[in-house]
Order: sequence, then structure tokens, then C-alpha cells
Amino acid sequence: MDFISIFSIFLLACFVGYFVVWSVTPALHTPLMSVTNAISSVIIVGALIASAAAGSPVSKWLGLAAVVMASVNIFGGFAVTERMLAMYKKKER
Amino acid sequence: MHEVAPINPWVALAYLASGILFIMALRGLSSPASSRRGNRFGILGMTIAVVTTLLTHVPRTADGALDAISIAEVLGAIGIGAVIGIVMARRIAMTAMPQLVAAFHSLVGLAAVAVAAAAYLNPSAFHIADAAGQIFAVSRIEMGLGIAIGAITFSGSVIAFLKLNGNMSGSPIMLPGRHVINLATLAGILGLIGYFLTDQSPWVFWTITALSFVIGFLLIIPIGGADMPVVVSMLNSYSGWAAAAMGFTLGNTAMIITGALVGSSGAILSYIMCRAMNRSFLSVIAGGFGADASAAAGGSKEQRPWKPGSADDAAFLMSQAENVIIVPGYGMAVAQAQHALREMADQLKKEGVNVKYAIHPVAGRMPGHMNVLLAEANVPYDEVFELEDINGEFAQADVAFVIGANDVTNPAAKTDKTSPIYGMPVLDVEKAKTVLFVKRSMGGVGYAGVDNDVFYMDQTMMLLGDAKKMADDIVKALSGGGH
Repeated sequence: MDFISIFSIFLLACFVGYFVVWSVTPALHTPLMSVTNAISSVIIVGALIASAAAGSPVSKWLGLAAVVMASVNIFGGFAVTERMLAMYKKKER
Repeated sequence: MHEVAPINPWVALAYLASGILFIMALRGLSSPASSRRGNRFGILGMTIAVVTTLLTHVPRTADGALDAISIAEVLGAIGIGAVIGIVMARRIAMTAMPQLVAAFHSLVGLAAVAVAAAAYLNPSAFHIADAAGQIFAVSRIEMGLGIAIGAITFSGSVIAFLKLNGNMSGSPIMLPGRHVINLATLAGILGLIGYFLTDQSPWVFWTITALSFVIGFLLIIPIGGADMPVVVSMLNSYSGWAAAAMGFTLGNTAMIITGALVGSSGAILSYIMCRAMNRSFLSVIAGGFGADASAAAGGSKEQRPWKPGSADDAAFLMSQAENVIIVPGYGMAVAQAQHALREMADQLKKEGVNVKYAIHPVAGRMPGHMNVLLAEANVPYDEVFELEDINGEFAQADVAFVIGANDVTNPAAKTDKTSPIYGMPVLDVEKAKTVLFVKRSMGGVGYAGVDNDVFYMDQTMMLLGDAKKMADDIVKALSGGGH
């Protein structure tokens, strides 16, 4: 993809992010942080590409290290978000 | 070898789908009822992104056969991360969420650094170099920004973690001439990223990395404990921009959409936190807030009369009340008093008292921290209200029960133009008929280092002691004697 197409997606996503995040209820701001943390670990895509590529052993090991770190975040981030969200209960009437 | 690989439309669509699922994950957080479904969307989006990448980047040996060892290594790396992550998520105490989030941010930052370094060392694998091994100009900028933001996120988050976790003093550390040092370092990083365009030698790349690690450290050490909600949100934002920069490098829509979402999310949270403290973002970043708190407290202060009270007094007053508003703060989290507090509220409700909770946006060490702690203690979320929704009700309340909060209740923010917290929105606890103020001792002041007039008002009763013990004692008094 050329730079302008990518940049367009980026800018539009910034606007979507702006509106979606303002609609998040303040009571869920902590889960918002933990889930954004989990999804920003989509950087694992780059790590997987690096660790699967032949040619540079150093690059491959950096990739594998990044896979471990991003996985900690992904599994940890989603799991802790799930744990928190399960605690939010309505009043029993 | 170096031609740009044709993009399979299904692959591009898969990444787009995962980007959209991430948007839906955040959208779900607009109410607690839809939030768990949102989280599942997030998990699905991540699964799609990871599986797509795994299927399109299967490690192969030189002769084209599957490279079983490399495949095992990659899956093993994911497995190791999964075990560590899930164990951490299960074991962490809810009061320690700010530290956990800071630790997670540091991992995103370091992962971004590792990916950018891997891309720099093996650019052909990422299709960002020409046949001669020269990295494309635009990719150099993206990579330079990616590694710089990633490194700042990492070292900044490590410092934030150490401060939040108590391994490092929460008070600001002020280096002489730090603004000059910081600006010079930042200018150096940006200059080098520009120079990287003309010269892709390793020294340029690694100097950018090293300087960025240093600036992340320098930026966070002068920021005090009370400003941590802003810092944690800001680092959240940075981790997003780092992912976006790497998404540009890889031309990956999932990473770009996510980066933009997370980047804006953190930026908005930082803005909300700053507004809740009536401070500008720049003044938070400049640091030093609360540095002279201890000096101010130790100074010669007039002794004003205040009224002490006991758990029995508090139990009696609240059981007689019609409306009670509980104002929790960071002190409640430190004392782990949330469960005892909820028991107290349950007892009061049994006696027919109407109990509500009022949350200030900066109560706690991260956005929404108090809400999670109350949810953990089984407080229904429809009894918990935000500042602007409940502030009008203090005038009708019989008792405002302040536990572990201080600055966020200080009326000086409304009246005293010389106060460091002037202009900060505060909870109007002084309008309640009676204020019960749970506090460790009379000596300590809040993080802003200012005295609180509420302590000395006629209708205030100071309940001195540990927040959890006080709440427990009130529960005992309530269940024992009744009226």
C-alpha cells in the first residue's frame, strides 16, 4: 500500500478512536486502559514476521523476544480485563 | 528476492476485520452490560490477526521445506508469553492494577523496539528495502519514530511502575536544568531521525534508540505520585503511537487502526485527568507538583480546633440518616478497605438508609481505579456516581462519609485563588449536614500539600485511624447495637 492510503486509514481511525473513547463510561476507564494495552500488542504481527524470516539470526531472536513480550500483554491484558468486567454487577432488585 | 510481495486481498481483509473488531471492543465499554461482549470481540480480532500472520509467514528452510524448529520456536514463544500473562492477570490484586498496566505498557514499548530493530537488521523480510539493501526513505522515518516512541514508552513505564509499586519514592526527582536537558535530548532524537534519511548506518539507529531510552527516563522522574493517572494514560497513548508507527512500516491496517485507537484513547484519558485536576498537560509533564508538600506541612501552622469522633458515633449518625454519600479515595485502596466499606453500606441499607458512592475522576492512581475496587467489593455499579452526576446531591445528604480522599473534597479549590488546587473541580462534601472524615492522622496533608477547611468545620467529625479498621469497627457497632 502506498503511504497516502495508509495515512488515510490512520487519520480516519484517529477520528473513530476519538468518538468511541468519549463514549466509554468513566466507570470503565481502568478496563479501557487494560484492553487498549492488550490490543496495542497487535505489534506481535511484526514480531511474528521477524521471527519467521530467514537471513538474520539476530533479527529472528529479537522477533522471538518481541513475540514473548507481546503475548504476555495479549493474554494478560485480555484476561485481566475479563476479570475486572466480570466484577461489575447491577443492583439485585 | 526483494520484489514487493503481491498482497493477497483476503489477507488484507483479515487485518481490516481485526481492526474493526478492536473498534467494537472499545465500543462495548460504553456500558458495563455490553463490556464483556466487547472484550470477546477484542480477543477475536487479536486471534484473526495472529493466525493470519502465522499462516502467511510460515518459516521455511532454504530449500522451501517447512522449518519445523522455527515453527516450534514461534509457537513456544507465544506459549511462554501466554502462561506468564495469564498467571499475572489471575494473581494481581485489584489495588495493584496501576502497576500492572504500567508494566504491560513497558512490554509493548520494548516489543516495539525489538520489532523495529529486527526490521532494521533484516529489512528485506519486511519488504522495506530495495535490491541493494537500502531501506526506503519513508520506512526510515517510520522506523525511527517507531523505535523512539517504543523506547520512551518502555523506560517511562518502567519508572512509572517503580513509583507506583513503591520501589521508588513517589516524590518528584528534580534534576537541575532538566528542561534544557530534555529539550536538547528531544531535539537530538528528531535531528538524528532526519539524518537517518541520508545515512542508514548502525550508529545513527542505535543512538536514536539509546537517547530515546534516556529521555523516557528523564521525562517521568520529575513527575509526582498524584500526577500518575496522567502519566499512566500518557504512556498508554504512547504505546498506541508506537504500534501505529510500526504499522506504517509494515503497511498493516490492523496495527494502524489499533495504534490510532489506543493513541487517541490514552490522549483523551490524559486530557480528562488533567481537566479533573485543572492542570494543563504541559504543567504535568514539566513535573514537580507536590515536591514541597512535606515542607508546607512541617511549617508553623496555626492549630485549629477539630472534632474527633469514634466508630460508634459514626455508626449512630449514619444509622439515623436518610441519605449517605460515600466518597472513597486512594487511601481506601491503600488500606484495602473496599470490602469493609461495602459491608458497612450493606448494614446501613438494612436499616433503610439510602447509600450512594461519589467518585472523583482523579481519585486513585489511574482513571477509573475506584470504580474497579468498588466493583471488586460487589458494590453494584448503579450505586456509584461520577462527580458531575452527584455533586448536586450533597446538599440533600445527611452524611458525607469521606474515606481516604482529601484534596478532591477541599473547598479551597472553589474559593481560595492562592491555593495550588484552585479551579480543580471538587466534591461538595461540605454541603452535607454532617461530614465524617476518615483519615490516618491530622498531621498528613493531601498530595497538593494544602490544608483542608472541611476538617475544622462545625459539622465535621474526624475519624482518625486506618480506613479498613475504622470501617470494620463501624460495621461492628452497626450490627451490635442497632439504633
